[in-house]
Order: sequence, then structure tokens, then C-alpha cells
Amino acid sequence: MAAGANDVVLRVEDLHKTFGHLEVLRGITMELRRGEVVVIFGRSGSGKSTLLRCVNFLEEPTQGVIEVAGIRVEVGHRTREKREQIRQLRIRAGMVFQDFLLFPHMSTLQNVMEGPVTVKGKSAEEARGRGMYFLERVGMADKAEEYPIRLSGGQKQRVAIARALAMEPDVMLFDEPTSALDPELIGEVLEVMKSLSTELHMTMLVVTHEMGFAREVANRVAFFHEGIILEEGTPEDVLTNPRSPETKRFIDAVL
Amino acid sequence: MEAAGVGEVRPPAPKGRRERLELFTARIPFWVKLTLVWICIFIVLGALFAAARFDTDLMKEKFSFIARGLTWTVIVSAMAIVLASVLALLGALGRLSRNSIAFGVTGFYTSFFRGTPLIVQMFLIYLGLPQIGAGLGGPWLEILSFDALTAGVLALGLNYGAYMTEIFRAGIVSVGHGQAEAADAIGMTYRQKMRRIVLPQALRVIIPPTGNEFIAMMKDSALVSFLGTVVARMEIFRRAQLVGRETFQNLEPLIVAALIYWGLTTVFQYFQGRLEKRMSKGYVRGAATPAAKPAMLPGPAGGVGGGAMMTAVEALEAGAGPGLEETEAGTEAAIHEHEEEP
Repeated sequence: MAAGANDVVLRVEDLHKTFGHLEVLRGITMELRRGEVVVIFGRSGSGKSTLLRCVNFLEEPTQGVIEVAGIRVEVGHRTREKREQIRQLRIRAGMVFQDFLLFPHMSTLQNVMEGPVTVKGKSAEEARGRGMYFLERVGMADKAEEYPIRLSGGQKQRVAIARALAMEPDVMLFDEPTSALDPELIGEVLEVMKSLSTELHMTMLVVTHEMGFAREVANRVAFFHEGIILEEGTPEDVLTNPRSPETKRFIDAVL
Repeated sequence: MEAAGVGEVRPPAPKGRRERLELFTARIPFWVKLTLVWICIFIVLGALFAAARFDTDLMKEKFSFIARGLTWTVIVSAMAIVLASVLALLGALGRLSRNSIAFGVTGFYTSFFRGTPLIVQMFLIYLGLPQIGAGLGGPWLEILSFDALTAGVLALGLNYGAYMTEIFRAGIVSVGHGQAEAADAIGMTYRQKMRRIVLPQALRVIIPPTGNEFIAMMKDSALVSFLGTVVARMEIFRRAQLVGRETFQNLEPLIVAALIYWGLTTVFQYFQGRLEKRMSKGYVRGAATPAAKPAMLPGPAGGVGGGAMMTAVEALEAGAGPGLEETEAGTEAAIHEHEEEP
């Protein structure tokens, strides 16, 4: 907390993940400093989403170390102690899913209040106030009493962002947040994500195909290829002058 | 005269009787026809009873004696369904667990209690357990000896719990894996995830079949009478049997018992229907939000599952006194309410 603005919020060390015989992650090492936005891109099946899901242990990595805001978890059997470490890590790492995954039996505001009240033990009053503040941030305050089924995809995703924000995490993980949206709804979600960086200086690790967002918001981009980070650097370097032929081929195909 | 009116408009082709009848009946609203059908059924039944020289005086005389068994039928069923729900929840979590002890124990439980007859289980608990208790010696004989009603509740609860394990398991599985991940991702513990996210959504799937199980259980509670109970604690069926033995007229008390069971289950179905409607909130796009809530379930609004069940039970107990006519009227009203929906 008291550490300088340059401290490392997320650290991934030599992360491996195999599904059966398939090695999806083959040794990933990366660091995010406070306030940094890193965009991961690459072909589908290259392991980008798996990396994100391994960072908060929704997927069990095969080997490696994850550290979020000082909570350092080595991969291994989930003993009682390790489960608690993982839970502490998750509280500090907000996750936004491709398919939103709002809780359908709760109103928008209840969705946003759920984590602070149930997990952090905040009072309902306090959580309601903070919840409305975060809904305001994502432009959804007027839908506070609405149930998720009555929202559009873009609105759902904005509420999902507010739900993750309400936990006041140290880093936010975005797993293809706009991939399930109709094209005309993508902009509103990207706009909210951008504001998190510019206004809240939120540290973000984003898996996306939105190269415009990467160019505009990211401090660094990383090209994922066959389970490793093939190329990494500022958006200008990587997106305009890719060094490896694979990166160049992918960028040419997307842009 | 209606037929004549139709005849003028339509081409004067000769019409068969059958077609005229079809055209005529097509104009009668469905609910009128339905009422007629029900009336006919009751007329036929009435005729049969008359043929059997039905003794309505005896029915009236013995009604309150038999109806007093309602209390015990409801108490036994309600306690057994609570026990069964708890066992079903634990059973389902066990069957979904990777813990070998939980998985193994619940596997044995569901296999045994689904694989053996309920009546055998009742006698095993009532007569078999005391024998084990005697063999163990010490205080065990006391601990493992139950009166008939307790043994009945235990057997019904264990048996239905085993069946309902599958219902609960399916309900929990029906909540997408993503919901559990979303709960994990905000740092919920297993208990928090189950209590706040998974089970509330699973309930929507669990409640309709659980209602059916409860209805079946209210009827199966009649089996308790085979264990024998003191007069003061007899449920409906046992009382009916007793009247039959005493008067040598079996039809009348059995009909009374059947009507009471029927009324009981119908009233319960009605409340179940209302509960299901209420549970669909958040799943119906057109449903308005908070404003519509109070209109859907008046009366004591308890917690989700148990609250409405208790409401139904209270209503049953309140309605048990007044008499057969009222029970029947309630039955008919509830039936119409159901039939009109489609």
C-alpha cells in the first residue's frame, strides 16, 4: 500500500499449464507495475485466456508462481492453507469474463454489493453507497434495480466491471471482454475500460482483439504464440514494427 | 334457434347430426364444458355410491374423527420433508464432492434407500434397530428404540432424502459452471458460493420436483399406520381403518380419508404453483421489478423455500376444521385455477 507508484502489482513466474498432453502455457514470466495496462493478443488457442484464468487459479496451473499485491502463491496441491491464499489473491484481482456471468437472481445493485458484503463483511449501507458510486462510474446507476436479463450485453458487461471494481482490487483481469458483444455495443465497454485507466489509474491485464484499444490505452502489448510470449513492447514498437514474422502475419490479418 | 341462424348464413347443404353437434359445441367456452365434465364425473360416482347404499350419515358422523388425523399426517409429512431436504442437500453435495469419504457415504446412502422398499425400511427402523440396540447393550437399546411416528418420520425422511438427492444434484449442476467461477473470482469461500450464488439459483429447478415428492410423501405417510399407533396419534388412514372395523362399513370412511388426502394435496399444489411463479423473478424478461413483488405472494413472506411450505401447512391446519363441503369447494376452485392457465 505504502510502496511507491512503481511497485509490482502482478508477477507471474515461469507459469506452465498442460491439458493432458497439450502444453498450453510453456513458461510465462511477466510483471505489471501499479497503473500499467498490458494487452495480450494472439491467435485463439494460443493460451491467452488460459493465462488469465491461471492468474487467479480458476484454472490450476501445472507449475509456477503467481503474486498479486504481495500475496505470493506457488502452484501445488490445494491444501486448506493454499485455498485461503488463493482466496486472498482473488480478492485483490478483479476478473471480467467474456460472457459477463452476472448473478441472474440479483438486481444490478445487488450484484455489485454482493462481494463487499459477503466476502469483505462490509455493512449493507456502506456497500450500497459504494455500489452506486461504481455503477455511476460505468454509467449504469439508473439501472440499479433492474435484473440482468433485462440488460443488453454491453450493459451487462459494464455492470460486471462495476462488480469487479467494487471489491477495490489491485489489478483487473479482462478475459476478452468484448468478444461476446454485438459490434455496436463494443464501444461503450471499451470506453469504460479506458476510463478505469485514465481516471482511476487501475492496473489492468487485458486479453482482447481490439487493437485500437491496445494502441490507445496499453502501456505494453504482448503477442502470444503457442504458449509463450513471442514478442513484447510498447504498442508502437510491436504493432507498427513487429520483429517476428508470426506477429507481423497476425497483425496484418487483424488490421 | 341458434342452429337455425347458422343454417341461414351457410350454404343449405344437408348437414349431418354429427356436424351440427360439433358446430354447436364449438361455441361453448372451454371452461363451461370442463365444468360439465366434472359434474358428470361426480354424478357417476354418486350413482355408484348410491348403488352401494352409501351411508352419508356415517360419513358425517365420523368425518371429524378421521379429519383429526390430518394433524398427524401433516406433522409426519412436514417433519419428514424437512429431514429429507437436509439429507438431499448433504447427499447432493456429497455426490458432487471429490472427497472420497463424502462421495462414498452418500453413494451407499442413496443406493440402499432407493434400492429397498419404504415399508421394509420402516420396519427395519421400528423393529430392527432396537434389536441392534439390545445387542450393543448399555444405553443403546433406549437410543435406538423409537415410537411408531418417529420411526415413520425417519423412514420417510431417509427414503425420500435418497430420491431427492438426485433432484438436488441435478439442480446444483443446472447452475452453470460459470456462476461458480464468478463467485470464486470475487473471493467467495465454498460455503458463501453455495449459499449466496449456487443454491438460490438451483432452488428454482429443485422446487417443482420437490413439491411432487412432498405430495407423494403426504400419501405415503399412510404407511406409518402399519407400525401401529395409539389412538391419540393416529393419522388419517389409520383412523379410517378403525372406523371400518368398528362399523363393518369400509367404503364410507375410506372415501372420507381419500377426500381429505385429495384436498390436502390439491391445496398444497396451489401454493406450490404460486411459489414457482415467485421464483421466476430475474428469469422473465417481461416481469416488472420490485413493484410487482408484493402482489405475487400475499400473506406471511418467509424465507424462500421453507416459508411458503409453512404457509401451505398453516393453511391446511386452519382449513381442517370446517367440514367436507368447504374442503371440496376449495378443491374445485383450485382445480379450475389450474385448468384455466393453458
